[in-house]
Amino acid sequence: MTDLSAAGPALPRPGSAKRRSPLYLAWRRFAANKAALGAGIILLVIILMAIFAPLVSKTGPNEQAFLTKALAFPSSEHWFGIDDLGRDFFTRIVYGARVSLGIGLSAAVFSLLLGLPLGALAGYLGGRFDWVIMRIIELFSVVPPLLAALLLATLTRGGVWAIVLIAGLFGWVNVCLLVRAQVKSFREKEFIMAAQALGASPWHIVWRHLIPNSVSPVIVGFVLAIPLAMMLEASLSFLGIGVQPPTPSWGQMINVGMNFMYFYWHMAVFPVLALAVTILAASLLGDGLRDALDPTLKGR
Amino acid sequence: MTAPALELRQITKRFDAQTVVDRVDLIVPRNEVVALVGESGSGKTTTGLMALRLVEPTAGRILLGGQDITDLSQKAMKPFRRQTQVVFQDSYSSLDPMMTLGEIIAEPLAIHAIGTPSERRDQARHWLERVGLDGSYATRYPHELSGGQRQRISVARALILGASVLVADEPTSALDVSVKAQIVNLLQDLQGEMGLSMLFISHDLSVVRSLADQVVVMLRGRVVERGPTDRIFAAAHHPYTRALLDAVPVIDPKTRRRRTFLSAEELAAGTPRFRPHEIEPQPLVDTADPQLVALVGSHFVEAIVTEGR
Repeated sequence: MTDLSAAGPALPRPGSAKRRSPLYLAWRRFAANKAALGAGIILLVIILMAIFAPLVSKTGPNEQAFLTKALAFPSSEHWFGIDDLGRDFFTRIVYGARVSLGIGLSAAVFSLLLGLPLGALAGYLGGRFDWVIMRIIELFSVVPPLLAALLLATLTRGGVWAIVLIAGLFGWVNVCLLVRAQVKSFREKEFIMAAQALGASPWHIVWRHLIPNSVSPVIVGFVLAIPLAMMLEASLSFLGIGVQPPTPSWGQMINVGMNFMYFYWHMAVFPVLALAVTILAASLLGDGLRDALDPTLKGR
Repeated sequence: MTAPALELRQITKRFDAQTVVDRVDLIVPRNEVVALVGESGSGKTTTGLMALRLVEPTAGRILLGGQDITDLSQKAMKPFRRQTQVVFQDSYSSLDPMMTLGEIIAEPLAIHAIGTPSERRDQARHWLERVGLDGSYATRYPHELSGGQRQRISVARALILGASVLVADEPTSALDVSVKAQIVNLLQDLQGEMGLSMLFISHDLSVVRSLADQVVVMLRGRVVERGPTDRIFAAAHHPYTRALLDAVPVIDPKTRRRRTFLSAEELAAGTPRFRPHEIEPQPLVDTADPQLVALVGSHFVEAIVTEGR
């Protein structure tokens, strides 16, 4: 023992240079997927722009600083043009990213908070608890989300947090199903039985074995919940019961832009583009993560 | 005489209407290897899991070192968990893919709160070497290993707490022949060094012959024959045991198929029949059905006793 550890630094052991944890292997697979990697970078840029919005643009999102130039087309000074109320449109898009991504992320966190424990418990406990959870999930999957969201949004009179709540309420189902399936399949594995044979408590088994092994569905569920929530927010705002003006939101901007579409194309094109690119990037990233984290792919 | 390391008395498991294990008696004496053989679905794995209280028996008693552990709560079981351990067939699914090998081997120590983390690491390295792997494997992950190496890790994890009873559930059946021999040798060495008592579940009679002191043959949840290994291999009475034995050296698949899949009628027709004077003097049940009767040399077989009961 001692001479081995003494020889360690001088003589590099064969395996020490390449510690390949499962997550490292997943990262390698992810990096090989160019579409997902590109999507991840685009999403990162959008997130950074949203965070550092005040540095990216000179004026505030609601400042009508360019009233005299209202509805001006894109130019070198105003990249995305100016809207009908004299606000720099690029600024509004960037600040809109804050709202859209903020809602997307918070709704995903909310989905996770609801879906992870419920999915883990349903998968681990099985039986009656599992039955109840599955029936609730079925209930959620037969109701058209947009209709239910419309109803809820009308009842709560919209607003950012109401939308987060609604999106989370529909987003947790996916997370729950993913985690439940993972936990269920791992519960039958022999290393769980081996841990039981060692006298491990259920808490130890859930904490040390089941949750670490659910990392992949949790990440995938989280990332895929983001575009869903953003779409919902955009839909609700487009219909006028989401985020209320003047707070910039892409859905709401599309709604306004629609009225000007034939004459001032930039009013509709840029928010649609922003929404489309972001959602596409988030979805591609989610798909790439799912492929990379698939436990059945063990190759390099 | 001290109590046997592990004893199962009339252990029974029913899943719904199906009886998977039917009133099985099994004794693993100290420092001995008892092989439990039988085809898939004969209930041998379930019997092993019941011995570990990983599956709850429907009826019967489980005794560990003479102490009845059948009705203990999982919490009260914990001290006994240090004495009994298990190695499973599938080395891949018996190791947590997210843990390093060092963590896996040290986990039993962590569960029983033995030693400091660094002591546990040292112990894990020590055991890595003891099962024939380099200490540097401690930072590797299960997927980097071959099946035989993974099975070594399972063995290390099972024995790090100094277990006295090991249930090995077909530990070699997923391995190829050369690796199989290595694992069998490893188990044999450790059994000798640690004075292990082992319940070795297998359908591979060539392995059983080299490892086991006693053989118990199960068929459809019942023990049909049991006895010392040499007696079973030399003088098996039950047709099913003979079919299993015949299956060992035969390579021609046609012969093997004909031999191993005995129909119920063939088995019933082949059930050994004895007259009372041909067997050891013993109390017998007054029945025309087969019952486990004692022959010379603690050899038992399920047989029909005819006449003069």
